[in-house]
Amino acid sequence: MELVYGHPKSLKPVQTKYCPGCGHGVIHRLITEVIDEMGMQEKSIILNPVGCSIWASLYFDFDSVQVPHGRTPAGATAVKRMLPDHLVICYQGDGDLAAIGTAEAVHAANRGEKFTTIFVNNAIYGMTGGQMAPTTLVGQKATTAPYGRDPVEAGMGYPIRVLEMLATLGGTKYLARGAVNNAANVRKTKQYIKKAFEAQMRGEGSSMVEILSQCPTNWAMDPVDSVGWVESAMMPFYALGEVKNELAGAGKEAGK
Amino acid sequence: MAAEKRLMKGNEAMGEAAVRAGCDAYFGYPITPQNELTAYMAKHMIDHKRVFIQAESEVSAINMVYGAAATGARAMTSSSSPGVSLKQEGISYACGADVPMVIVNVARSGPGLGGISPAQGDYFQSTRGGGHGDYHHIVLAPKSVQEAADLTFEAFDLADEWRMPAMILADGMIGQMMEGVTLPEAKDPATRKPKPWAVGNKGKRTELNHVDSTQLVPENFEKALHVRYARYDEIKKTVVRWEEQNLEDADLILSAYGTSARVCLGAMQMARKLGLKVGLLRPITLWPFPEQRFGALAGKRFLVVEMSMGQMVEDVRLYTHGKSEVSFYGRCGGMIPTEEDVLAEIRRILKK
Repeated sequence: MELVYGHPKSLKPVQTKYCPGCGHGVIHRLITEVIDEMGMQEKSIILNPVGCSIWASLYFDFDSVQVPHGRTPAGATAVKRMLPDHLVICYQGDGDLAAIGTAEAVHAANRGEKFTTIFVNNAIYGMTGGQMAPTTLVGQKATTAPYGRDPVEAGMGYPIRVLEMLATLGGTKYLARGAVNNAANVRKTKQYIKKAFEAQMRGEGSSMVEILSQCPTNWAMDPVDSVGWVESAMMPFYALGEVKNELAGAGKEAGK
Repeated sequence: MAAEKRLMKGNEAMGEAAVRAGCDAYFGYPITPQNELTAYMAKHMIDHKRVFIQAESEVSAINMVYGAAATGARAMTSSSSPGVSLKQEGISYACGADVPMVIVNVARSGPGLGGISPAQGDYFQSTRGGGHGDYHHIVLAPKSVQEAADLTFEAFDLADEWRMPAMILADGMIGQMMEGVTLPEAKDPATRKPKPWAVGNKGKRTELNHVDSTQLVPENFEKALHVRYARYDEIKKTVVRWEEQNLEDADLILSAYGTSARVCLGAMQMARKLGLKVGLLRPITLWPFPEQRFGALAGKRFLVVEMSMGQMVEDVRLYTHGKSEVSFYGRCGGMIPTEEDVLAEIRRILKK
């Protein structure tokens, strides 16, 4: 009998510490499904960031390196340079990537470092308890923006569209934004991840998949409302799709 | 690469020594007075088909070193005082995750942006664990271009042996001056200590490797720190190193490291010509500090000379257990003491 669905080999069969309704678990699963399909489990390394996904090494069944907050792309740069035949995953949240680690993210992307960043954007700081993130939407409430993010009067800045910013850089070859709020988007996001991982193993340059993800706990919503909020509030600002695709054969693919 | 003698700047000699020690990856950011070292590595690492990256910051550079070292590579960075301050976060993580690496600090004067002239104001930062948390790492202080090369060459082995960062604490004088240096034969990579803890190349390994400094269970963390500190005790016994001259009959022992020790050597020779019984005790490892040797000399009179407002002098006082009269002579802000300055201080103390 053919096995058509099962627990990914690269994902340990353990209960995660993530809150009910959190998107990280789904994202972990997508990553490991792709790794299994590519047969890369023995040659995968994840750099897990400071934030909720600090626990990644408990769940992924391959080696990991934990770096200081925001320095994930710097660590990933060196791991990939030393081990170019490995699949190197730089897993980052919005605070790690777009606040404290902006310089590292921008410069690794600009150098065209050949690892893949999985950028989990839930528009909030999760681990520390709901502070304003660089991707928090205008008007969205956070513990450090109790009256909502106000870029003008309170000078809280505007939400950052990371992919659109990185798209201007010569080193970035594949930038796509997906979401894990419904089955269709989950499937689409998996395709983006697979494209990015395969591009990495072909040595094509910097790749990043941003994933809009729900954080019911810090959004103070139930899980069902959360997946709805990703659609109604996040997607109008963070449009889904491939923001940049300069992969070899990208043109051909589009012509199909 | 066979052993050979060359006339080199200290910065270049440290670079060449690192190449010969088998440095696989170098990551740096420009800062004076160590720029020749980064430039040397840029050329020679690329020529040897090894990894060189000019990082976007010192913060990024040290984390690249961390990432490369996590894979088992021999990795290195260099900088100068303000840049080394920026690296302290990464050094704390490396010490917390037991990641070996080599860090060169061609120190300049501080605090703040300070100046670009030689100084020794980074002693506390280097020896006390300059970042957050409970830790130490090896600190080696060269007094010449030759010793800068030798200690850099050896630092890679020490770092690997003890699974911790090894820092070369030089200064702008050591980095910028030219001297003849005998370079060692390149190290055979086969002689390296295996790193079964490194990530990647899993092969037949059954356990996963995680390079990680996180430990949220206080009971477990306390135990882990005790294990690490037991290793520190071993390092104190085996790695500690110093140079001493004329201590037997000394009425006054000069104590200094690096450039100021070199000045003290000249002052001691001048004093001896005048019939003054002056000796010299020069720590080569600043951590581990030669605690026992200073302890054995407790009761003797000391003059500590530093290019700072007085930092190592606190260790000399600490390890002579309050039994020695310890005087201090320091120049700071990038000023370098002269042999005559130190001799005058010797004569003042000995009243001769």
